[in-house]
Amino acid sequence: MDEQYKMTVDAERAPVIEPGYTFGTVTEKISAIVLTRPASNGWFVGFGIAFMLTMMMLYAIGYLFLKGIGIWGVTIPIGWGFAIVNFVWWIGIGHAGTLISAILLLLRQSWRNSINRFAEAMTLFAVACAGIFPAIHVGRPWLAYWLFPYPSTMGVWPQFRSPLMWDVFAVSTYATISALFWFMGLIPDFATLRDRSDKPALRMIYGMLSMGWRGSARHWHRYETAYLLLAGLATPLVLSVHTVVSFDFAVGIVPGWHTTIFPPYFVAGAIYSGFAMVLMLAIPIRKIYGLEDFITELHLQNAAKVMLATGLIVAYGYGIEAFMGWYSGDRYDAFTLWNRLHGPYAVLYGALLICNIFIPQVLWIRRLRTSPVALFFASGVILVGMWLERFIIVVVSLHRDFLTSSWGMYYPTRWDWMTYIGTIGMFLAAIFLFVRLLPMISIFEMRTLLPEAEVKAE
Amino acid sequence: MDDQNQIGSPEKKREDVCPSKKGKADLDSLRAQINEANNNDAAGPEYWRSLEELAGSPSFQEALHREFPKGASEWVDSVSRRGFLKVMGASMALAGMTGCVRLPLEPIVPYVRQPEEVIPGRPTFYATAMTLGGYASPLLVESHMGRPTKIEGNDQHPASLGGTDIFAQASILGMYDPDRSQSVMSMGDQRSWQAFLTAIRGPLSVQKGLQGAGIRILTPTISSPTLADQLRNFLKIYPQAKWHVYEPINRDNVLEGAKLAFGQPVETRYDFEKADVIVSLDADFLYAGFPGNVRYIRDFAKRRNPDGNMNRLYVIESTPTTTGAKADHRLPMRASSVETFARAVAENGELPEEHGGSLLAHALMQDLESHRGSSLFIVGDHQSPAVHALAHAANARFGNVGKTVFYADPVDANPINQTESLKDLVTDIRAGKVDLLVILGGNPAYDAPADLDFANVLKNGKIPMRVHLGLYQNETAELCQWHINQAHELEAWGDARAYDSTASIIQPLIAPLYNGKSALEFVALLSGQSDATGYDLIRTYWQKQNSGGDFDSFWRKSLHDGWIEGSAYAPKSVTAKSAIFSSSNSSDAAANSVELNIRRDPTIYDGQFSNNGWLQELPKPMTKLTWDNAILIGPKMAERLQIKVEDVVELELNGKKVTGPVWIQAGQPDNSATVTLGYGRKRAGRVGTAQGFDAYALRTTAAPWIATGLQIRKTGETYKLASTQGYQSMDTPDGGHRPLVRETTLEEYRKQPNFATEEEPEPAPGLTLYKPYPYKEEDYAWGMAIDLNSCVGCNNCMLACQSENNIAVVGKEQTVIGRHMHWIRIDTYYQYHDQEARDRDNPKAFFQPVPCMQCENAPCEVVCPVGATNHSSEGLNDMVYNRCVGTRYCSNNCPYKVRRFNFLLFQDWETPQYKMMRNPDVSVRSRGVMEKCTYCVQRINERRIDAEREDRKINDSELQTACQQSCPAGAIIFGNINDPNSKVSKLKAQARNYSLLGELNTRPRTTYLAEVSNPNPELKS
Repeated sequence: MDEQYKMTVDAERAPVIEPGYTFGTVTEKISAIVLTRPASNGWFVGFGIAFMLTMMMLYAIGYLFLKGIGIWGVTIPIGWGFAIVNFVWWIGIGHAGTLISAILLLLRQSWRNSINRFAEAMTLFAVACAGIFPAIHVGRPWLAYWLFPYPSTMGVWPQFRSPLMWDVFAVSTYATISALFWFMGLIPDFATLRDRSDKPALRMIYGMLSMGWRGSARHWHRYETAYLLLAGLATPLVLSVHTVVSFDFAVGIVPGWHTTIFPPYFVAGAIYSGFAMVLMLAIPIRKIYGLEDFITELHLQNAAKVMLATGLIVAYGYGIEAFMGWYSGDRYDAFTLWNRLHGPYAVLYGALLICNIFIPQVLWIRRLRTSPVALFFASGVILVGMWLERFIIVVVSLHRDFLTSSWGMYYPTRWDWMTYIGTIGMFLAAIFLFVRLLPMISIFEMRTLLPEAEVKAE
Repeated sequence: MDDQNQIGSPEKKREDVCPSKKGKADLDSLRAQINEANNNDAAGPEYWRSLEELAGSPSFQEALHREFPKGASEWVDSVSRRGFLKVMGASMALAGMTGCVRLPLEPIVPYVRQPEEVIPGRPTFYATAMTLGGYASPLLVESHMGRPTKIEGNDQHPASLGGTDIFAQASILGMYDPDRSQSVMSMGDQRSWQAFLTAIRGPLSVQKGLQGAGIRILTPTISSPTLADQLRNFLKIYPQAKWHVYEPINRDNVLEGAKLAFGQPVETRYDFEKADVIVSLDADFLYAGFPGNVRYIRDFAKRRNPDGNMNRLYVIESTPTTTGAKADHRLPMRASSVETFARAVAENGELPEEHGGSLLAHALMQDLESHRGSSLFIVGDHQSPAVHALAHAANARFGNVGKTVFYADPVDANPINQTESLKDLVTDIRAGKVDLLVILGGNPAYDAPADLDFANVLKNGKIPMRVHLGLYQNETAELCQWHINQAHELEAWGDARAYDSTASIIQPLIAPLYNGKSALEFVALLSGQSDATGYDLIRTYWQKQNSGGDFDSFWRKSLHDGWIEGSAYAPKSVTAKSAIFSSSNSSDAAANSVELNIRRDPTIYDGQFSNNGWLQELPKPMTKLTWDNAILIGPKMAERLQIKVEDVVELELNGKKVTGPVWIQAGQPDNSATVTLGYGRKRAGRVGTAQGFDAYALRTTAAPWIATGLQIRKTGETYKLASTQGYQSMDTPDGGHRPLVRETTLEEYRKQPNFATEEEPEPAPGLTLYKPYPYKEEDYAWGMAIDLNSCVGCNNCMLACQSENNIAVVGKEQTVIGRHMHWIRIDTYYQYHDQEARDRDNPKAFFQPVPCMQCENAPCEVVCPVGATNHSSEGLNDMVYNRCVGTRYCSNNCPYKVRRFNFLLFQDWETPQYKMMRNPDVSVRSRGVMEKCTYCVQRINERRIDAEREDRKINDSELQTACQQSCPAGAIIFGNINDPNSKVSKLKAQARNYSLLGELNTRPRTTYLAEVSNPNPELKS
């Protein structure tokens, strides 16, 4: 790691890390959260609630397996409801982690070092939440494994023309790479925790997880190479996963689904919501654990700028959709546009426009862009907006398609809500455990940001 | 707890291991189980001695709250027994115990000698009939190993020609209904037949001395020659006894009208095939329940071919019906004004301006003048006798008698005024003259006019002995000391006359499931022949009638054909009195007073089909409502009263009040409301109890059909109605129009025959990413053509399909959400007559049956991730249930939304009766699986096996889908489109042929022939 990684403290820009830290204090500060700091009551309450929500989700899923998909609000013509909406939403949220870890690494954006770890964790948990839905939303979930191309004795294969099939590959690849990437990044820090921990049990666990890391030059050399290679592998996934997810819709014949703008528009939307989730998590965590020195105003600003940019791409997507509805002259597309604006779900479409397009424009203002409170709320609004977007795409397109006789309405049931809120609980529970058990900021990468890490030219 | 518990006993489970043992032998064990279940029930509080006890009993409470058939509502219970067993089953499976189950050892005994005609796997067909309102529908019933499974029309019989109506189709479910009365009951206790014989002997012998002065028999309309003979025989033994007839959907007005016109009751028959101009005065003759409708639909549809000699239909009607929807000119008019209209037409007078029909009347008169002898007047049964008489006069005036209209003796064996008859009975009961009341079927405690207060009279009338014979332990059974379980018409011998008075023998298809008695056997018992079987009675009667020739061959032929040759009454020549028929008192009420129309229900008739899930879930043709009746009012009136759809209103008529939900029905005349009968049952069974509201409460002997002075009051409540159609217009709310049903007038059609495809061109073939399959090289390419001009929206195809393909009933709650399972549906679209005027009071309506389109470029197939839906080389879009995991992507991607999903376990897998009812050739689907129309692939394959064995190709005439076979209009034609001479190829070659949503390049195999109407050119504005 050479000059490119050295910290450039611009007079106008906030620093990536506040001055005054040494290798020792950075390591101490981050590892202390895991090793010495006692868990607060707040943590127990928060984790408790999140855990209860997880249990509620398991109850809802158990009941679903027992009774069938009919406990949800899905029906004919709205064959997909909350499950697919939530799936797309969660997968989208996951994208920020991979973007931060992989693309920003390749682009040598060193500011990513302080947020990549928990962004990756967030990705993993979000993908786990997302992964639940496709498996449970099928009518016969015990047969969901038929979507995988396993060597069946009957010689039957999945149907490779189906976008759902492509989804299986896209999402499973994504989950694998994300997990690997995250674990690899943790190895040097596991070793640090192993070395610093004074409890034998912890030493053993962290020791096993660190896979014999000794920090030798050869280790570091191979590690950097492997990490870069993985980043290279993960980078196309940022674009491909949500592109494939968008194919679920774009390949369909349903007006409101069948458009070519979907892949870029979905990817932008994914990053949009992903950064919103990063901020939603980072802002309270840096406050609670006193990490303002490591996650600085610069990070908040940069994330806000990414949101602003992707938000505008999403707005462009809406514009093009509306334009094509009119320009194509297709009566079904034109009606879909009309129905979004005036149909029974028009309120939700209005809310979507407000959440995703109008409110995020406040991020143009520097003062708000750097205010943690304002950013927290803006991020929340964007997350709601992006969820609404998926609802509009999935449900509102389906509920009034070609034959007027088959039009219908979709009303989520309490089981829909329990499952959705339950996955949020599961996500939060995982985050709670993560901040207590693993270094939430990459220790060794933070150290490279310090002036000490600068290699002086002889 | 419930009877399922008993039925699912371990013995039964073990028997399931060996399906080959199922057959006739199974019946006995089954009956034993059912009986056992009943015996156990009787110990509980299932039966009651008083109303209070009944209302409080848990089983009644359950019936009240259980609005769905068993199984459909199971999932709302937190932990039901079945649910618990499922969890247990799941944990057992997880524990890996399945490998260790040892199957019980059961030797299988094959036939020593195979019974003649019974080939396992091959159905046999028997000719029989069922009756409705006394009129027989001739049927052919498919039987698998002794179990009737499917009803078809008797294609040899002139009253059917292969078609059926919905009630006939649904009767198979009625027969297997597990809620049917299963035993003789007395005062809430289960008794034996012998006990009843003992109990009746005393009163009968007392009456013998009194010459039967205290005996009253109340029957529904009877056309059975044998039963009528039996009853007359009984009256000979007990000369002072009286035979009363009452049925709520009676034809009193028709008979009175005939008497008014001719001085004698005669039956009118019509020949629609010969009629060029048809005038319907409030007659819904194209829908089930109208005597002869099946034949009338066929004859009418034959004359709707725009390339042939097309007829013209004028309909003057008081509430929208399918007949009105097929009209070339429809004039909505309050029922009480129809008489004025009829009088004007019959007398060639001008119509008063306020009826808005003077222009129409004028054009109509000219049309009638130019079609003397080939026009036809038909009147609805509910119209006053005067209107019937006027129509007779008009038919005579325009020379139709003997050409399109024929008279004969009534089919009804006892053509008396039924309302008067019931009134007399009530008077006698009140006077204490009745000692023994025998009610042979029917349910007068529920369906008698409200002013007679029959239930109360029955309960408190101090009749020492009241006996009820019925299929159900219904409201009437509850008030009788003795209830005898009746055998269903598919279980017992009988006979009946069709609308054309041809007699049919009713053959039993199965031994009575619950040892029920037929009315015939019951009357024989009363006459002292306690051991006479139905078979003997029928055979003896017809032997008497046919004493001359060889009776055995006559008998065999009659049974085989399903009708008795030469049994129809000869046409009668009657002359109409020239007098001007006096106005009936109901005529032409003040225009601002609100009129109430009481009609039979389109799906559950008078309430006798309340417990039939198929009929309950069958959408009513104009409203698409299921599971409920509603108060229909027109858009103008709704606006004036500020009433919205699903608002609950209170109807008050002469102090009697009823509350029900409102349905705003385009085409309903102003100041008029329509309610249908048959709902609000208190004791119908698990399916029908407490559905809808009871409109009988507003019905009186004076005004059974049409009443004025109705008051409507809002209650502020709302009630959820279950409509199966999301939106009933082809005009989208954004102002666009979708050409789903394409239509034009005859005049335009002649100028431009290919109007249907001209404006909506279809993409050229081959425009697909995937290589097109060479279907042309195959032996068969299945296709279907549906003639929208012939289709009369009678719903029959929906039930035929439900029966053939084992389609589940889902219950009201699921229908509200939109999860009904019909594989073929009929879309009803309303359209303004005049796009500018946007008059919702008299719209046009169109019917479009929508089965699976079997698209060649099927959007559903490419998106299925597991390949559970595939295309066959013959062009069928096949569904592999076993492979389906249930992603529902195929349904989302189906532009026609014909795919149906088992969101829950909709099928009843446990009730033994339903197991017997199902078509063994079609899989019974389980939870989580997509299903849809298959073009009846089981029928195709059956024929293919036959053809291959004989080394030939399948003939065009031998293969029919279920919807096609029972369609009375012949609107659905299916066949091989690779054969240029097949019927379907010829239809598809017509200029009217178009593909629904063809612009999507789905290349559907099901296509439509566009609708062409034939309006009077004079009335073109």
